[in-house]
Amino acid sequence: MIVVLAITIGFLYAVGAYLILQRTLSRIVIGLAILGHGANLLLLTAAGRAGTVPMAGSDPSTTADPLPQALALTAVVITFGVTAFLLALAYRSWLQRRDDLVEEDLEDRRIAARRRQLDEDRDRAEGRARNDGRDPAAGEAAR
Amino acid sequence: MSTTLVPLPVVLPLLAAAVSVIANRHPRFQRALGTVVLMGVLAVSVGLLVGVQDGTVLVAHIGGWESDVGIVLAVDTLSALMLVVSALMLLVVFVYAVGSPATEDDAPFFHPLYLVLMAGVSASFVTADLFNLFVAFEVMLVASYVLITLGGSRAQVRHGMTYVVVSLLASTLFVTAIGLVYAVTGTVNLGRLAVVMQDVDPALRSALGLLLLVVFGVKAAIFPLFSWLPDSYPTAPAPVTAVFAGLLTKVGVYAIIRTQTLLFNDGVGSTLLLVIAGLTMTVGVLGAIAQDDVKRILSFHIVSQIGYMIFGLGLFTLAGIAGAVLYMLHHIVVKTTLFLVAGLLEQTAGTAQLRRLGGLLHLTPVVAVLFLLPALSLAGLPPFSGFVAKLSLVQAGFASGAWVIVGVSLGVSLLTLFSMTKIWNGVFWGQPDENPPAGDLAEAAARGLPRLMVGSTGVLVVVSLAFSVAAAPIHDLSQQAARELLDRTAYVQAVTGR
Repeated sequence: MIVVLAITIGFLYAVGAYLILQRTLSRIVIGLAILGHGANLLLLTAAGRAGTVPMAGSDPSTTADPLPQALALTAVVITFGVTAFLLALAYRSWLQRRDDLVEEDLEDRRIAARRRQLDEDRDRAEGRARNDGRDPAAGEAAR
Repeated sequence: MSTTLVPLPVVLPLLAAAVSVIANRHPRFQRALGTVVLMGVLAVSVGLLVGVQDGTVLVAHIGGWESDVGIVLAVDTLSALMLVVSALMLLVVFVYAVGSPATEDDAPFFHPLYLVLMAGVSASFVTADLFNLFVAFEVMLVASYVLITLGGSRAQVRHGMTYVVVSLLASTLFVTAIGLVYAVTGTVNLGRLAVVMQDVDPALRSALGLLLLVVFGVKAAIFPLFSWLPDSYPTAPAPVTAVFAGLLTKVGVYAIIRTQTLLFNDGVGSTLLLVIAGLTMTVGVLGAIAQDDVKRILSFHIVSQIGYMIFGLGLFTLAGIAGAVLYMLHHIVVKTTLFLVAGLLEQTAGTAQLRRLGGLLHLTPVVAVLFLLPALSLAGLPPFSGFVAKLSLVQAGFASGAWVIVGVSLGVSLLTLFSMTKIWNGVFWGQPDENPPAGDLAEAAARGLPRLMVGSTGVLVVVSLAFSVAAAPIHDLSQQAARELLDRTAYVQAVTGR
């Protein structure tokens, strides 16, 4: 049983990691949810063997360990809340941009474009034209 | 007596947040409530600091359960110091936010969220339970998710998204780490863990230590894990950014210090931590130099400064950890002040971009002074608090013979000074009429800044100056904190109750 669980956990982590690396927001959100499931399953597996119901008065040697279940329950609630918030945020982003792709960092682009501009200017001052076809305005225009 | 105070820094803000939600139509009541509660928490924190001064660890068992079953809250010198400084800083920023005309319009539910954030931060400092630390982190993060995206503008949603996704990923890793720790040791109580971890196979222990380092490293924004920070922080409203910059990363650093000293105290990660520290400092400051926006420059400096704290921890000596604690306290105050000043700049000029500013020295000399003092302190010039903190770190580094990292830290200080000069040149020097928006600037300066905003920023500047005046007692306290962290027995005994 533990082996099956271990393989399942590994599979969930792999799927989650793959989805998080995508560029569309909806996949990232689903990836995070799957990763969360993997983590919760891991918490449950950490309890060891399955056992009987841990009620007061029952034999401690045969009961399941209740603590990881409590931890997993807490983690589930938190993941649920945050995922709901993330979905709302993704929807907001969709309303604003009609696009599901993660946007690039504007300021980074601006600095990169400025850097390119500086290189161009220096090259021009040295009197040799760049012939690799890169246009200094392309960085600005792309956004 | 003092033990009854232990849960209050968490309970008071949470209760107040609930009341504040109900009273959301009455901003004046919310302001008064927030101010009173924050003052109360500050008073409680000072009481706790007095209570732990003789080296006792104050413990509260939640619900009266024993430490093997229930959740334990514990306050030692490090926790108490962090509580006092964070409560003080949260109070001042709250006053600043109240004084800022935009806060309540831009951010409905600002008040309750702010209080929840405070509850999460305080809970992270007082908890002695690994899973409860996760819950405290989540309380803090959920409040911060909402605060950072409250405006709902396109930039905020885009940058907030990065922040939420990265934090959520780190949280998932945290749950994973807790599951593995429990599988190995069968407990999540930090005191029990400190004892049980001794018998765990060293390879396994290192793996768990590294996993927790990655988890907290994301929150603390150390070297390879920092790129979300300069991306997401600058878009939030000024008071929110100030709190995030001053406090949230430091909660991560606190968690790193707590777990690395308590659970993985064999010093195996020492070299690794020093390498991370050096890279964090250097990459952060180089990133700052490339930027053009005041808030982004300051955000990269957060990353750079985190390196100094990791440097102190990486030495794993009494002086080193004391230096790291001192640096953390100094940095919370100074960094918050700088972001509040950036908020003042935006308030006056409508922008914080260097190339669109200039000559503000003539228009708002007060803001210039408020910027200059903490900026010099950040760079580590005497006689400011940054000098005291850096001096103790450098001395600790020399004592351990860690020449390379000391050299790197001094070089980075120089670059920090350069970067601060760049802001000074771009924003305050020059003639106001050389720049296009000068007309608006003169107009805005004539209108004057809200007095509460300038006043509260001024108070934090005075606090950071007082920090260097009272350097000796504060240094003694951080020494005591470091001694307790390295010795561990008092903490372990208090938390496990045996």
